[in-house]
Amino acid sequence: MTPAVEFIHTSRHFGAVRAVDDVNLAVKPGEFFAMLGPSGSGKTTCLRLIAGFEQPTGGEIKIFGEPAGGVPPYRRNVNTVFQDYALFPHMSILDNVAYGLMVKGVDRQTRYREAEKALELVKLPGYGSRKPGQLSGGQRQRVALARALVNKPRVLLLDEPLGALDLKLREQMQEELKTLQRSLGITFIFVTHDQGEALSMADRVAVFNNGKIVQAGTPEEIYKRPQSRFVADFVGSSNVISPEAMQRMGGKAEWASLRPEAIRLVAEGGVPAQTLVSNFLGSTTRLSVEAEGVRLHVMLPAGERVPEPGETVRLGWNPADVHYMDGAA
Amino acid sequence: MSTATSNSAVLEGRSGITARLSDLFWRRPNLLLILMLSPPLLWLGIIYIGSLLSLLAQSFFSIDEFSGLIVYEFTLSTYKQLLLASNFDIILRTVAMATLVTVASAIIAFPIAYYAARYAHGKWKALFYLGVMLPLWSSYLVKIYAWKLILAKEGILTWGFEQLHLTWLLEGILSLPVIGGNSLSVSYLGTFIVFVYIWLPYMILPTQAALERVPSNLIEAAGDLGATPNQTFRTVLLPLALPGVIAGSIFTFSLTLGDYIIPQIIGSSRLFIGQAVYTQQGTAGNVPLAAAFSVVPILIMAVYLWAAKKKGAFDAL
Repeated sequence: MTPAVEFIHTSRHFGAVRAVDDVNLAVKPGEFFAMLGPSGSGKTTCLRLIAGFEQPTGGEIKIFGEPAGGVPPYRRNVNTVFQDYALFPHMSILDNVAYGLMVKGVDRQTRYREAEKALELVKLPGYGSRKPGQLSGGQRQRVALARALVNKPRVLLLDEPLGALDLKLREQMQEELKTLQRSLGITFIFVTHDQGEALSMADRVAVFNNGKIVQAGTPEEIYKRPQSRFVADFVGSSNVISPEAMQRMGGKAEWASLRPEAIRLVAEGGVPAQTLVSNFLGSTTRLSVEAEGVRLHVMLPAGERVPEPGETVRLGWNPADVHYMDGAA
Repeated sequence: MSTATSNSAVLEGRSGITARLSDLFWRRPNLLLILMLSPPLLWLGIIYIGSLLSLLAQSFFSIDEFSGLIVYEFTLSTYKQLLLASNFDIILRTVAMATLVTVASAIIAFPIAYYAARYAHGKWKALFYLGVMLPLWSSYLVKIYAWKLILAKEGILTWGFEQLHLTWLLEGILSLPVIGGNSLSVSYLGTFIVFVYIWLPYMILPTQAALERVPSNLIEAAGDLGATPNQTFRTVLLPLALPGVIAGSIFTFSLTLGDYIIPQIIGSSRLFIGQAVYTQQGTAGNVPLAAAFSVVPILIMAVYLWAAKKKGAFDAL
């Protein structure tokens, strides 16, 4: 099957800065793909390369098998939802949504009908006569989505689309985006620095660092089997243990990651640890402990007794849950 | 324990008149505002608005044709005089010139402002500001006389055309009816060129400010949605920059309407409103007619400003 978007040894250098450096990537048609990484890791530049705002300085990009080199943004059947929405402030919501059809010469009646349908899709029917300034952040986000989707793009690019929303709205939009993507079957490529967002929404995730993809895989693979210390650190919730500490705890002398929920408190044996602090999270309690000079997180299921700070506990885990990885930070 | 290290929640007030004034102004911020604003407001109110109103009042008086004295009786006869062909021509000529100067300035200013807003950074931007502002720092009269030399029959421009073997072109332009003349320095075309030169910075700066405020991602979004650069310009960039262009046009239009020096030094001897005011109140001694003439640009500008306000031009000032 032809990939929806394919990067073949693609680079984008700005002078000495290697924003995107020899990236190889294939996004499958109909996939919800996330590009995850810290700021400056090259993920947004990758998105801009697909949209056509940037041209690669090396390698090539194919969109549904067609080389995209030298093709301007307005001739790509790809649309973008911008980070701060980029709605046209001087146009009504309906004109904003109908803009893509207007510039393609679709007649007024048809484009307004299509725009109205797109607004219904994002649950904003009847908002057409307002101006962008009169909408809340969440509503503007939906308009930006409708404005892109009305063009029926083959690939939809989303640049940190939920970054400016508050937590509750963000969670709601995550679900809606996912549902929308499923029902439309359009390839979504989603840029975010929020690992929770990437893992919960995407079918596959590429983790970026310094202009390169350091790991690509399903959210579960990324979470359970990070290939390097960087991925384990960035994806975050896992305990990263140095080779020396791992050896003292009875493992191999290699960098390892150990998920907090894989650690249990045991009555005897195991690794002794000092309780530092506990955070009540509702369904679980996160316990911070120090063992062999390493600070570890332990997830305690609700109902289990929570040790007091300063109390000595004993930690146990199944050796198969310890994931050894490359030490590159 | 000294006050500097005092542990109390409210520190003791410092002594001295300035400290006490500070406390007073802090408690009554409006007092400071009144103190700061009243001198300029009085100046504007009495000296500027007052003299303007007394000028307006003059326009409703008339002049006794026999004695040449002003008759202090309300009449509209002075305004009727404005509609005489010879006077009305002056108004039309001035308005037409102001309109053309404004349109030409907008067309010339836009690319310059666009470059400065979108592409120039660092020292190039500084150079842009310097280039635009530098003419404003030198004497207006010097610039006009410099232009007179440039445009004169023996001037550098004629010489330049000669060197390029384009004398026929210059002569062709000068032989055109109305805008032509003996040389550029005594033609409407010359007046027009100098007006555009002198007022251009007032068009560039607000246009540039407006363009700078158009977020670049709107331009990208338009392209992303399928708009060609031409479509992006017409549907996004121009509408968003228009308030700035209108703000600039207020300057170029009103300054041209009121100017009486440029057309006097460069151009045909036919009068513009500013010159009419100057001669009526000076040599002719007809202050009511001079006042009525000066009401014309005020009225035109009032209508213009009202229309510009509706377009949101003042957000870009």
